[in-house]
Amino acid sequence: MFSLLRSMWLVFLHTFHKRETYQYPEEKAPLPARWRGRIALTRDPDGGERCVGCYLCAAACPVDCISLQATEAPDGRRYPSFFRINFSRCIFCGFCEEACPTYAIQLLPDFEMAEYDRQNLVYEKEDLLINSQGKYPGYNYYRVAGMAIEGKDKGEAQHEEPPVNIKSLLP
Amino acid sequence: MEAHYWWVIGGVLFTLLNTAAGLIWLERRMLALWQDRYGPNRAGPFGILIVLADTLKLFFKEDWIPPFADKVVFVFAPAVVVASVLMAFAVVPFGPNIVVADMNIGILFFLAMSSLGVYSIVLGGWASNNKYALLGAMRGASQMISYEVFMGLALMGTVVLSGTFNLGKIVEAQRGMWYIFPQLLGFLIFFIAGIAETHRLPFDIPEAESELVAGFHSEYSGMKFGMFFIGEYLGITLISSMIVTLYFGGWLGPAFLPGVIWFILKTFVFISVFILLRASMPRPRYDQLMEYGWKVLFPLSLLNLLGTAAIKLLIDK
Amino acid sequence: MTIYIDNKPYEVKPGKNLLEACLELGLNLPYFCWHPALGSVGACRQCAVKVFKDEDDKTGRLVMGCMEPVRDNLRLSIEDPGAKTFRDQVIGWLMTNHPHDCAVCDEGGSCHLQDMTVMTGHTYRNYRFSKRTFENQDLGPFISHEMNRCIQCYRCVRFYKDYAGGKDLNVFAAHNHVYFGRCENGTLESEFSGNLAEVCPTGVFTDKTLHSHYTRKWDMTWAPSVCQGCSLGCNTSAGERYGSLRQITNRYNGEVNGYFLCDRGRFGYEFVNSDQRILQAAIRPHYNGTTNKDHILEQVAQKVKNGRTIGIGSPRASLESNYALKLLVGEDNFYLGMSDTDHDHTSLALKILRDGPARTPSMQEAAKADVVFILGEDLTNTAPMLALAVRQAAQHKPESDAMGDIHVAAWQDAAVREAVQDKHGPVYIFHTVPTKLDELAEDIHRGAPEQLARLGFAIAQMLGADIVPVTGLSQEDAALAEKIAAALMTAEHPLIISGYGSGCDHMMKAAANIAWALQQKGRNPMLSLTLPEVNSMGLEILGGHRLDTALDVLRQGDADTVIVLENDLYRRADPHIIDEIFLHAQDVILIDHLYNRTAEKATVLLPAGTFAEADGTVVNNEGRAQRFYQVFVPKGDMQESWRWCLQIAEKAGITALQGLRNLDDIDLALTNGMPSLEPLQQLAPHAGFRINGQRIPREPHRYSGRTAILANENVSEPKPAEDVDTPLSFTMEGYRGEPPSPLIPFFWSPGWNSVQSVNKYQQEIGGHLHGGDPGIRLLEPHLNGGPHYFHEAPDTFVPIPGHVHIMPLYHIYGSEELSMYTPGIAQQAGEFCCLYLNPEDLAQWNIAPGNWVTIDLDHHACRLVATPNHWMPRGLGAVSAGMPHSPVVDLPVCVKLQA
Repeated sequence: MFSLLRSMWLVFLHTFHKRETYQYPEEKAPLPARWRGRIALTRDPDGGERCVGCYLCAAACPVDCISLQATEAPDGRRYPSFFRINFSRCIFCGFCEEACPTYAIQLLPDFEMAEYDRQNLVYEKEDLLINSQGKYPGYNYYRVAGMAIEGKDKGEAQHEEPPVNIKSLLP
Repeated sequence: MEAHYWWVIGGVLFTLLNTAAGLIWLERRMLALWQDRYGPNRAGPFGILIVLADTLKLFFKEDWIPPFADKVVFVFAPAVVVASVLMAFAVVPFGPNIVVADMNIGILFFLAMSSLGVYSIVLGGWASNNKYALLGAMRGASQMISYEVFMGLALMGTVVLSGTFNLGKIVEAQRGMWYIFPQLLGFLIFFIAGIAETHRLPFDIPEAESELVAGFHSEYSGMKFGMFFIGEYLGITLISSMIVTLYFGGWLGPAFLPGVIWFILKTFVFISVFILLRASMPRPRYDQLMEYGWKVLFPLSLLNLLGTAAIKLLIDK
Repeated sequence: MTIYIDNKPYEVKPGKNLLEACLELGLNLPYFCWHPALGSVGACRQCAVKVFKDEDDKTGRLVMGCMEPVRDNLRLSIEDPGAKTFRDQVIGWLMTNHPHDCAVCDEGGSCHLQDMTVMTGHTYRNYRFSKRTFENQDLGPFISHEMNRCIQCYRCVRFYKDYAGGKDLNVFAAHNHVYFGRCENGTLESEFSGNLAEVCPTGVFTDKTLHSHYTRKWDMTWAPSVCQGCSLGCNTSAGERYGSLRQITNRYNGEVNGYFLCDRGRFGYEFVNSDQRILQAAIRPHYNGTTNKDHILEQVAQKVKNGRTIGIGSPRASLESNYALKLLVGEDNFYLGMSDTDHDHTSLALKILRDGPARTPSMQEAAKADVVFILGEDLTNTAPMLALAVRQAAQHKPESDAMGDIHVAAWQDAAVREAVQDKHGPVYIFHTVPTKLDELAEDIHRGAPEQLARLGFAIAQMLGADIVPVTGLSQEDAALAEKIAAALMTAEHPLIISGYGSGCDHMMKAAANIAWALQQKGRNPMLSLTLPEVNSMGLEILGGHRLDTALDVLRQGDADTVIVLENDLYRRADPHIIDEIFLHAQDVILIDHLYNRTAEKATVLLPAGTFAEADGTVVNNEGRAQRFYQVFVPKGDMQESWRWCLQIAEKAGITALQGLRNLDDIDLALTNGMPSLEPLQQLAPHAGFRINGQRIPREPHRYSGRTAILANENVSEPKPAEDVDTPLSFTMEGYRGEPPSPLIPFFWSPGWNSVQSVNKYQQEIGGHLHGGDPGIRLLEPHLNGGPHYFHEAPDTFVPIPGHVHIMPLYHIYGSEELSMYTPGIAQQAGEFCCLYLNPEDLAQWNIAPGNWVTIDLDHHACRLVATPNHWMPRGLGAVSAGMPHSPVVDLPVCVKLQA
């Protein structure tokens, strides 16, 4: 009983505390770098698209709001021929970012995406692709993967030996 | 009837409905205050126009009646709560001469009316034809009927003291001393029962949104939901004004303010206490609530009545 | 017998190995090098289990599950920490060189290596050093090669060389450098190369056609389907995404195709995505530019009602579509849309199989034959999967001999092969030109088809058939006939194969005579007859008039409207005949899916769904009715042909089709109308079938993008399509357990994302699916009464001066109409304007090789390139059959050579 009264008293004392509210939009809240907001597709240090169209983000998405089609460029790099996020469905859970094996899809600290027309919340690749490496500077998936692309042949990735000469008899 | 009565009836209705609506804003602001927020502060001065916005929104919401519901009862139920609470206000003396019906069985009428309120919950929950609504309604019915018992018993203390059921006379009887002092225990029991009667937090077991979606009004939307909402705020106001009338001397107060103002000020203090309770209390379990009622409050209220009566007899002798 | 796995008793069948036994019991035990069709070699060390001496033995010893046979009261442990650690370490070693590629690997999501890695719990690469790399090879239009991903399980070469008889894929180099590939870049020669994508447990060999429109397995909408490439009716799963068909994978059927598909079947699906598809209904000349479907249906109904209408069916359309058309135009006005030769062959085959006493085997039964006699058939090109079955049959005898000699089980692949070396069981092949199976043959006989058939008749006679004796055989021929007759007599399960492949119906007659004679002798012969198209048999069972009589009817003015069902008439008869049909017909209403030469001339086009957009039933050469299911709902007016017929009938007030709405209705009408098709009612669950009140979902539970796929058109998602015809749903909602075998859209089991999950669907490994394999045999041998032998052998082939007799040559790539829309198949199709002639004939007629020759085809001149081919007997020519724009369509034919 006393504890109830005490908690009432303590709650009442909050009358005199400082307010925690940010008076948005006059006053912007400071957003941490890992804040899960706007989704963007980033580029690798060479300026190439990081997304290789592996479909893992789409599979991870709990509301199934990501849709894409993988294709291959003449230089051997894979990329999405289209990449669509329906932000009217997105719940900003960040699973897509966690699933992405190439750090391509990243959630950025920006949430001001409101629209008057729902249709405008459907973002295509042109709307998503940014000219930045985002939160993971320096990472280049093709330098780690074994697939050959133009400018990085077999055996030229990190921790790779040069291609085996299968005609060699040496041990 | 005389024109005076029409003014009183109109004035009371106007004030009450506006108060109930205003409580939407007040509650949100006060909750915010105790949670270190601002609450609605954008629409109009201090955000007061949020009331207007909310009301408009409720009016324009789709008024959906579920196809599986019992339609007549479903529509009827929300009206019952508002009507019964408003009826109960008829006997409340707001000022020396401001009372709609100056009945000599005022307290009994109040008890009768607040008992009727349970119908709205039971009927609403039953007509929704939804398991959560029905569960909420069942809980509501047992909770309200149980707590009504010692609510009535607690009031009897003041009746014993004043020797009348007429609320105006009870107020007059407190000119020497507010009944809060001799009837502290009665006041506490009445207050707790009042919370249960209005099914406000911490006793909002019929709604219990963390277990029952929204309890008895799960299926309600639009203005029908609005009626339950208004009914609840009216209930708070009613219980607060009854507390003031019965224990805190009603309109009585230093003469520099008119009686009505004293009454309103005192009432608002208790309304605020209701909101503070919501801000600070956890919800008990259903069985705890019933146990508390029947095993603690009920004997206490009987004791209170006995004690009061005995002392009254002693003094009178 | 009883074995104890982790101290729990289980009943297992004898003769299995431990891995098979565990998988059969539904237990998860990882493996790589073992494959249910290829047996065990114990190379990958992945299926290690602990085996204990007895109850008290707590130490046990590690054995490879795939190499250890089950014994009664054997005690083993899968969960033993020692075994688990061992398996974890083995996969760790296998993964030391596996690249960080899953995101860009086409196998990802249906990868056995991924599944097994997760199953063993190997999560982190502890090996810090560099990865070995390889250069890749270009293996042609079907298969991609990425050698870095190899884990050296040897399954690819074991399938390609040992199982499918390929020559050009091999293993090179040594120690940790072993390389699986060709000795140089180039297209894989085997017709079964596509199976490498499924056999390879990881992404070394992947489907290149899938790569061109890549989609993960979990993102496709799947449906059980039936291959439309030839008459064998292999079961496939077809996957769709974004409105186009993405991939065909094998759908295991323990009686038909087993674990494999041929490349025509696997890759020949791209016609579904062709830009030649008819998307909207149309009327010519264009009527106010409208393509409103209702309006066009109204117009068509008017034409059908007012005109005297005939219908031309199709062997590539389903039973339902053909039957709907038959009822729409009336039984007397229904014509079989097959060339007259095809019709003759098919009706003969039907007669032989329905009225004769010899049983026709399923493909898996054929693979168990011990003597094979192929009469006038190049199986690799006319029925590729049957050729694969014959390859297994050829292994049968030496394998059982070896098993007897060295006492090993059949699944001990390496040991058995070591003992067998390159021995083959007796296979005899009679064909005019060399075939790929010749390498297996004990004896090969060449000659003109009539000559070969005569020898076949002679064999039948030697076996005691009551026929007119064949005279004038050379001594060698007679000796060969004796030898084959003797071999067939000693065989337990002799298999006689013939068919349409040489264009000579006497071949089938001879084969039937041989089989029947064996049957009379108390043997147990199997008679397999190939047919031209996927539903040739079904159409023949339905019955109808010959195509050439349609022309007569039109000529005489007895009909003026023709409804053509899923048929390019220009492939059914020589162009001038078809031109005449169009000349006499006022209206040609074409219900088809591709804009072909017939469509160019049709006055009304109604877009039909392909096998991927329609439900239907087809009957294969064995008489097995099989259901294929719609994979996705196409855009535009496309719908099943039978639905078009039903809608026309409704508007035209045709009573025979009144009240029919969906697949079940028309199947009921079909079985009521044709009592011989009664078993079709049991073919598959009806549309109302539910499990726990739920449909069977076509989409895997991980299907992605539902709320984004169509969001560019409208952010509000449309209601998903409902399937009124089948118990399958077009969504991912529904029953997640194992569906009944005819309704399995794709194979998946928890932890088994690759096609290897099929183990969980079988009664026993490599056996039937749970609840029996899908499909129902409509033809069973007629055992009462003696066989009605074909008495007359054909006359000896004698060249006619100035004429050449042209026989058809079929090609796996090119002879089939629809698969030619796949660029890779078209690329591999041979020269199509060649007339192969004996070099001496060329010399005699003064034709220089490579020059154009003109032949007189029914008074129409057409030109072909003369190509010398010394396998052609004098006076016999050959033309590649079924090639697009080939001037000679109806083969065989005897034509006059013009100088």
